[in-house]
Amino acid sequence: MAIRTEMKLVENPLAPKSSAASRDGFGKGLVELGEGNPNVWAVSADVSESTRTHWFAEKFPTRFVQVGVAEQNLAGVGAGIASCGKIVFISAFGVFSPGRNWDQIRVSICYNDIPVIIHASHTGLTVGPDGASHQALEDIAIVRVLPNMTVIVPADMEQTKKAVHAAAALHKPAYIRTSREKLPVFTTSETPFEIGKANVYRDGKDVAIFACGPIVHEALKAAELLSAAGIDAAVVDCHTIKPIDKKTIIEMAEKCGLLVSVEEHQVDGGMGSAIAEVLCSESCVLGSGSGVLGLEHPVPLVRHGVHNRFCESGNAMELLKHYSLDAEGIAKTVREAVAGMKRK
Amino acid sequence: MVRFNKVTSIRQLKLIANTIRQDVVHMLLEAKSGHSAGSIGLADIFTALYFNILYHDQQNPTWPDRDRLVLSNGHVCPVMYAAMANAGYFPKEELLTLRKLGSRLQGHPHRTILPGIETSSGPLGQGLSQAVGMALVAKAEKKRWRTYCIMSDGEHDEGQTWEAIMLAGKYKLGNLTVLIDRNNIQIDGFTEEVMPLEPFADKYRSFGWHVINVDGHNIKKIIEACEESKAIYEKPTAIIAHTIPGKGIPFMEFLTEWHGKPPSKEQADDAISTLESERKMIEDERD
Repeated sequence: MAIRTEMKLVENPLAPKSSAASRDGFGKGLVELGEGNPNVWAVSADVSESTRTHWFAEKFPTRFVQVGVAEQNLAGVGAGIASCGKIVFISAFGVFSPGRNWDQIRVSICYNDIPVIIHASHTGLTVGPDGASHQALEDIAIVRVLPNMTVIVPADMEQTKKAVHAAAALHKPAYIRTSREKLPVFTTSETPFEIGKANVYRDGKDVAIFACGPIVHEALKAAELLSAAGIDAAVVDCHTIKPIDKKTIIEMAEKCGLLVSVEEHQVDGGMGSAIAEVLCSESCVLGSGSGVLGLEHPVPLVRHGVHNRFCESGNAMELLKHYSLDAEGIAKTVREAVAGMKRK
Repeated sequence: MVRFNKVTSIRQLKLIANTIRQDVVHMLLEAKSGHSAGSIGLADIFTALYFNILYHDQQNPTWPDRDRLVLSNGHVCPVMYAAMANAGYFPKEELLTLRKLGSRLQGHPHRTILPGIETSSGPLGQGLSQAVGMALVAKAEKKRWRTYCIMSDGEHDEGQTWEAIMLAGKYKLGNLTVLIDRNNIQIDGFTEEVMPLEPFADKYRSFGWHVINVDGHNIKKIIEACEESKAIYEKPTAIIAHTIPGKGIPFMEFLTEWHGKPPSKEQADDAISTLESERKMIEDERD
């Protein structure tokens, strides 16, 4: 099946004309927000240019705080500002924030339930040559367990801008995960975006691929490869990991009978795990009582991502290919999953 | 600006501190757990803050122009709860719900359920960063309210504390006053044995702070130090308040074992009778 026109993607979503880093979308969204709302503040831990917070800093210097290389203080200062009625964006690389300041995010931000938005840039494998120490591959797992937290992993630059506005409107703690690499911009300003509502970009009946972040575009390309091989794959942009869109997960599970999750993250604890939790707890067969949406039969899920390992240096696309997270790798994983279902 | 609850009589303030000490003893006895020594040792500082220094409104705890008080070492919250109840934030009977299921008086303070608490705290070293964030807002928006932060000496072992000290110095936060409970003990023993802090004042000074050493049980001196900090525009102020853990209850004083346990019934009776005799002496004092 073809890409759904109501998603208002760019003209040729498989090969979009423009590319940009999602961190640019963050920087632009933040400036837009700052123009319209004098209560928006930003704090940076020595990476204001890399996280694109410097665009905000240049325009609104009195609402910008530079804390230096100090991620624990970053979270605490952000919390203190937010407690005075402000909406605060704190930016650093994902490996350091939430990697280094999880306790501060837990108590100073989430327990206080105040509007601090944690912007984690340079996440995933696509940060590339810096190597394993700088590849945030565990961040989704550690933030999504926190009460009061919303977790968003935008698919491209355009969606990141929307995520910035939507997160600010929550007036609660939130997490936005962006990437360093310039990647295809395949959504448009008219593509729907609602926190907690996954976007089904492509319908399918054999298998549904759930992806987030830069991997969504690879999944769209993978679906095209699969189509040529006679497999009708749906592609879902699961941009909100928490609260996860249970309804769409159950609908796709009922319809396709097989799900594959793909993400730039460890397979344990990330988006795939969140989907697995829904499939388990919503299954009527288990009679757990929580299955209000009522999945009739257990549906298998193949979780694809980084498999319990540290990765290595390389350029972004090289790494995605090496770890089978590019279109080819995703298509191969899906083909094997479909073949496995048929053997059964 | 309006000033609420201001008590200027030192004798009156000493009586309030005595009441707060007695309240803390009753609370910990009833809760059967909690931190005795630190809470008792801070009674004079909390009295000075809630009844003289702070601009606040117990009828309107979210008054935008109130002074902010951040308690960083959350485990001494019994003394803050007692000070708040005596100042009229909530009924005194509620003090005996401390640490019990359904209580607003959590074992460590929780902002979203008890009006008047500026921030939830517990894990050491997180308070000063938040106080710095608040002071930055007041400075940027040219507000006259001040931010006060109470910290323990032990939590200066945390790296985050020094990140925050450095930042307050960088932004020259003259509207920030930190009161440090320099009681020289932490859980594993004396601070200078576990992790030496001295030369403590010099460390703060080298980060661009104004430092005042004060007897943390002399309410008059505490108030004077806070007044002095208001007059220092170009630097944040650290008031190193030298205190005796468990001050006022002789069997508790100076002993690290009283850091994290409550008194027994007999010990509580003993403490209350000591505090009652102290109270009579204060009553006999002249203003």
